[in-house]
Amino acid sequence: MPVSRISKAFENAKAENRAALVLYTMAGDPTPEISAKILENIAEGGADIIEIGFPFSDPMADGISIQKAAIRALENKMTLKKTFELVRNFRVKNQNTAIVLMGYLNPIESMGYAKFAQNCADCGVDGVIAVDDPPEEDMELRTGLKANDVALIRLATPTTDEHRLKKVIKDISGFVYYVSVAGVTGTKAIDTDAIKDKVSLVKSAAKLPVAIGFGIRTEEAAHNTAQLADGIVIGAALVDIVFNAYKDGNDCVKIAKDFAMRMKNAAVKN
Amino acid sequence: MNKQLHNDWSAYPDENGRFGQFGGRFVAETLMPNILALEEAYNKYKDDEDFKTEFSGLMTHYVGRPSPLYFAERLTEYYGGAKIYFKREELNHTGAHKINNCLGQILLAKRMGKTRIIAETGAGQHGVATATVCARFGLPCMVYMGAKDVERQSPNVFRMKLLGAEVNPVTSGTQTLKDAMNEALRDWVSNPHDTFYIIGTAAGPHPYPQMVRDFQSVIGKEAKEQILAAEGRLPDAIVACIGGGSNALGLFHPFLNDENVKIYGVEAAGLGLDTDKHAAAMAGGRPGVLHGNRTYLLQDDDGQILDAHSISAGLDYPGVGPELSFLKDTGRATYLSTTDDEALEAFQLCSRLEGILPALEPSHALARIGEIAKDIGKGGVVVLNISGRGDKDIFTIANAIGTDIGG
Ligand SMILES: Cc1ncc(COP(=O)(O)O)c(C=O)c1O
Repeated sequence: MPVSRISKAFENAKAENRAALVLYTMAGDPTPEISAKILENIAEGGADIIEIGFPFSDPMADGISIQKAAIRALENKMTLKKTFELVRNFRVKNQNTAIVLMGYLNPIESMGYAKFAQNCADCGVDGVIAVDDPPEEDMELRTGLKANDVALIRLATPTTDEHRLKKVIKDISGFVYYVSVAGVTGTKAIDTDAIKDKVSLVKSAAKLPVAIGFGIRTEEAAHNTAQLADGIVIGAALVDIVFNAYKDGNDCVKIAKDFAMRMKNAAVKN
Repeated sequence: MNKQLHNDWSAYPDENGRFGQFGGRFVAETLMPNILALEEAYNKYKDDEDFKTEFSGLMTHYVGRPSPLYFAERLTEYYGGAKIYFKREELNHTGAHKINNCLGQILLAKRMGKTRIIAETGAGQHGVATATVCARFGLPCMVYMGAKDVERQSPNVFRMKLLGAEVNPVTSGTQTLKDAMNEALRDWVSNPHDTFYIIGTAAGPHPYPQMVRDFQSVIGKEAKEQILAAEGRLPDAIVACIGGGSNALGLFHPFLNDENVKIYGVEAAGLGLDTDKHAAAMAGGRPGVLHGNRTYLLQDDDGQILDAHSISAGLDYPGVGPELSFLKDTGRATYLSTTDDEALEAFQLCSRLEGILPALEPSHALARIGEIAKDIGKGGVVVLNISGRGDKDIFTIANAIGTDIGG
């Protein structure tokens, strides 16, 4: 039932008159043990969907925050295989929060598409985003995931025109991830006025929930974005807060949970 | 059966940018419209008379083409095998083959109305060539270069600055070519509308591998005419070093359908293929996806890209262009490798015997030329691509052979 766990997340949020909260965290950052606790705690704090980044040595579409998180994760010996273990352990206690894996294609290809998809199903992963695997190239991934009832989620971006959008939303399930800015993660700030029209276009075309991400750092931005979308995605801001707290010897797990609670509250619809 | 299938090598890539299983367009969605627009523009202009005239005029009067095909008489004598010819790309304006591709791409950028140029560079040769064409056409230029390379190729950094380019040292990852490419891609994702990314080798997402190869194919086309004029026949073998593959494919491509011409590519073996410090993606790697294409890559079991190592900054890259991977799997090309030490030795031999200081990159090819020439034997003919000159490398070489450059 993985796809329905994602649908449920959006339904629940809608019933509570808010946008679903999607939080991104890098597997193995700042340490593998803390990373596991962060998953539990941001779920408790209010994340409806957790995007777990699995690290890649060459994160071409990420800004400095997530690049550094990936390097830390790799230094902590995190792998795609261990990311699956992380999810498996998380699922022992938590059956409700949807889990989406997000990363780059090569670790997936290296594991093998069929095996990867099977692992997703076995460990309780509900959806997958492969950043550098556009519709033109993702047949193998798509086929593998479909056979295992795992959602393929693609990104639509400011450069995706109406014509391309049709291609992007074909064959996906779960939700559409709308990237609010042309840029890498965690750099430019979101401009909600500028993306309004594009988001409604995506919404009406996709007939799926739309979550908006990239550039949401503050509660104010979260609140404004929540007015436009079915979900909001926050990544680099959480990664930074957690790591800075960890570095300063503070309780980064609690800080992550508080962050989730605050953002969930901010995501209410007017 | 395979042979039949690959009979016409000029038919690749297919419309999806594939060379067999290799190549493709593995980029973030933000960049997809850009590379599709680039492909469309390239297909439109590559056969456009106006474009071709402007390109070939600049190749003649600005770059100084054709580059000579030179009979390396003393090196030939030294090895006592086949006759060795050098394709003298080091005599081009800016001192390497890289300018051929940069001119082609900037003419395209102009026609596409782009107003800002970015590039990655390893040895700095591509950076210098890009900075040069940007100066010539009055476009602002940002070059991404690994911080480690900024250090070991300082003469080229200064040249780029003199040409008006901005050099951005990349401190992420291994601080070499692959990280420079990551950073250039990040720039492009952030500036998709006004910016043209001039990739310096036959890698990256489609159409780059094809486009770069086509612009560089002038090397092989000239070499073919020149060797026919000099020897009245095709060579028995052609040889080039392999970073990403632009000088190699430039030489190889016009000869691919001449099945009797043997093709040798030489990868960088760094401290040795049996160590983890080398850059021989085809000898020591396996297929994967990086920088927009599927190709042979140095990677670990988890699919993490491994650090490459080579004394030559231009070969210090953990992948190769997808067409080279295809030529490997189909058996059309044979790949050899050369260690840092062997390259240094070959550099010195060529300098002393021929009075030509080759760059460290083609020194890797030079290190294998003796065996190839002997294998073919007297009466045979081989052509080797001297892809660049060694001036940029003198500090690295002085350091490696323990000489004080002033003494
Ligand atoms: C002189 C020279 N030869 C070869 C190379 C390797 O690149 P490629 O394999 O694309 O020819 C470089 C790269 O910087 C170079 O400067």
